[in-house]
Amino acid sequence: MQVPAPFEYERATSVDEAIALLTRHGADARLVAGGHSLLPMMKLRLARPETLIDINGLSDLDYIRVDGDEIALGAMTRHAAVLDSPLLAEHYRIFAEAERVIADPLVRNRGTVGGSLCQADPSEDLSAVFSALRGRAVIRAASGTRSVDLRDFHRGPYETAVGPAEILLEVRVPIRPRTGSAYQKVERRAGDWSIAAVGAFVQIDGDTISDVGIGITAVGAEHFACVAAEDQLRGSPATPEAVAAAAATCARSCHPSADQRGPEDYKRHLVEVLAGRALTQSIARARGEAS
Amino acid sequence: MHVNVTVNGAETGADIEARLLLVHYLRNELGLTGTHWGCDTSNCGACTVWLDGVPVKSCTTLAGMADGHEVRTVEGLEGTDLDPVQQGFVEEHGLQCGFCTPGMMMTARALLDRDPDPDEATIREAISGNLCRCTGYENIIRAVRWAATHEAAARAADQEGAGV
Ligand SMILES: Cc1cc2nc3c(=O)[nH]c(=O)nc-3n(C[C@H](O)[C@H](O)[C@H](O)COP(=O)(O)OP(=O)(O)OC[C@H]3O[C@@H](n4cnc5c(N)ncnc54)[C@H](O)[C@@H]3O)c2cc1C
Ligand code: FES
Ligand code: FES
Repeated sequence: MQVPAPFEYERATSVDEAIALLTRHGADARLVAGGHSLLPMMKLRLARPETLIDINGLSDLDYIRVDGDEIALGAMTRHAAVLDSPLLAEHYRIFAEAERVIADPLVRNRGTVGGSLCQADPSEDLSAVFSALRGRAVIRAASGTRSVDLRDFHRGPYETAVGPAEILLEVRVPIRPRTGSAYQKVERRAGDWSIAAVGAFVQIDGDTISDVGIGITAVGAEHFACVAAEDQLRGSPATPEAVAAAAATCARSCHPSADQRGPEDYKRHLVEVLAGRALTQSIARARGEAS
Repeated sequence: MHVNVTVNGAETGADIEARLLLVHYLRNELGLTGTHWGCDTSNCGACTVWLDGVPVKSCTTLAGMADGHEVRTVEGLEGTDLDPVQQGFVEEHGLQCGFCTPGMMMTARALLDRDPDPDEATIREAISGNLCRCTGYENIIRAVRWAATHEAAARAADQEGAGV
């Protein structure tokens, strides 16, 4: 039987209270959202917070909405809501395609956007999605609110820009016209973490790729992205040759490690194939040629 | 800490350690052993219960998180008769050892409340967080379809009755 080590349990009823509790309890306090990453780690005693601050009561952080020229997703938005969102389906198919293959419906009922990003697991799917879309994380401390590019959000495995007495409030993604997006993942069995996954958006201007984002997870891609392949594609014609060259760059520039999910060369091969598919699909969607 | 949880419509409460998981609160504090405790690693779904109407894995939910909230377990399915989902498992032989069954049924009930006429692919997707090592799933899917069909027939009969 797996039992977490003892801890004090507090419940925050507002963002300010959550920050005050974090400040009062110091470095050994942790927020808990869906608990689907933190509680398993506590059960294995890989995490032993002395105080847990439950933020499930912060329903004002549960939203997906247009705000100016961006879409904002509150930190307490559950995976299930991201999967079902008509707003996200209209602008970015990448969200539903990624969510459909994150864990299973029961985990998705509980796990949150904020918890996923703050867990900063190197195989996290939403990290790749938000990195592809070049989102911004909005973080609140007692002293005020600041915003961090998603590509600077992850400081290493399980480490983020969110400080010990801070809380992630929301993630913001720019709305882009003439854009298509897609997510491609290979896993060993339904509901499992990625062996490799690639997400992309492509913005088209005539026959030219005017902007592009490529997010990659589970294979040690820096910032869950491939900047070199993006630079290669931006301003180039949207041809199969350009896509193939960019996909090869993605495979070359990531840093997969051999583990029970497969050897390094297999993972690089997957990255190339998946990047090719995600980019091709994004281009077709940007042109309105595919649903 | 003290928790008050509405379980299957009844008020329950206990003094517990904060680290008590919801599955153990239900089974050990309340004696509701219909909720099964399997993998303990949020993979198998045997421990599925509803929290405020949403199916969740109770081995990965603290009892404290349910304080002030509503939980429904397999014991709460049966009314004067078996729930159609339960009856469907009987009719279509939807279980063998029965270990996965309570979780399966809680997930299936939630699915049918959302989508009264799910096709096979929808049912497979909905129960993909509930693992069964006996049946091969075919009869579970038939059981859920049985419930959907019979509920639709019951609704039609009700409407006819109201129209007379
Ligand atoms: C069986 C299983 C399969 C899974 N498969 C996948 C998969 O295929 N792909 C994938 O990407 N993920 C997968 N996951 C992970 C799942 O997506 C995450 O567990 C979940 O979304 C994390 O969110 P949470 O709300 O449960 O976080 P929690 O466990 O509550 O928190 C995680 C961490 O984030 C911190 N935190 C939470 N919210 C905030 C906030 N607002 N501000 C600051 N810090 C915060 C917590 O302190 C903690 O350190 C799987 C999980 C399980 C159990
Ligand atoms: S016991 Fe909870 S998912 Fe297996
Ligand atoms: S009937 Fe035995 S696990 Fe499903």
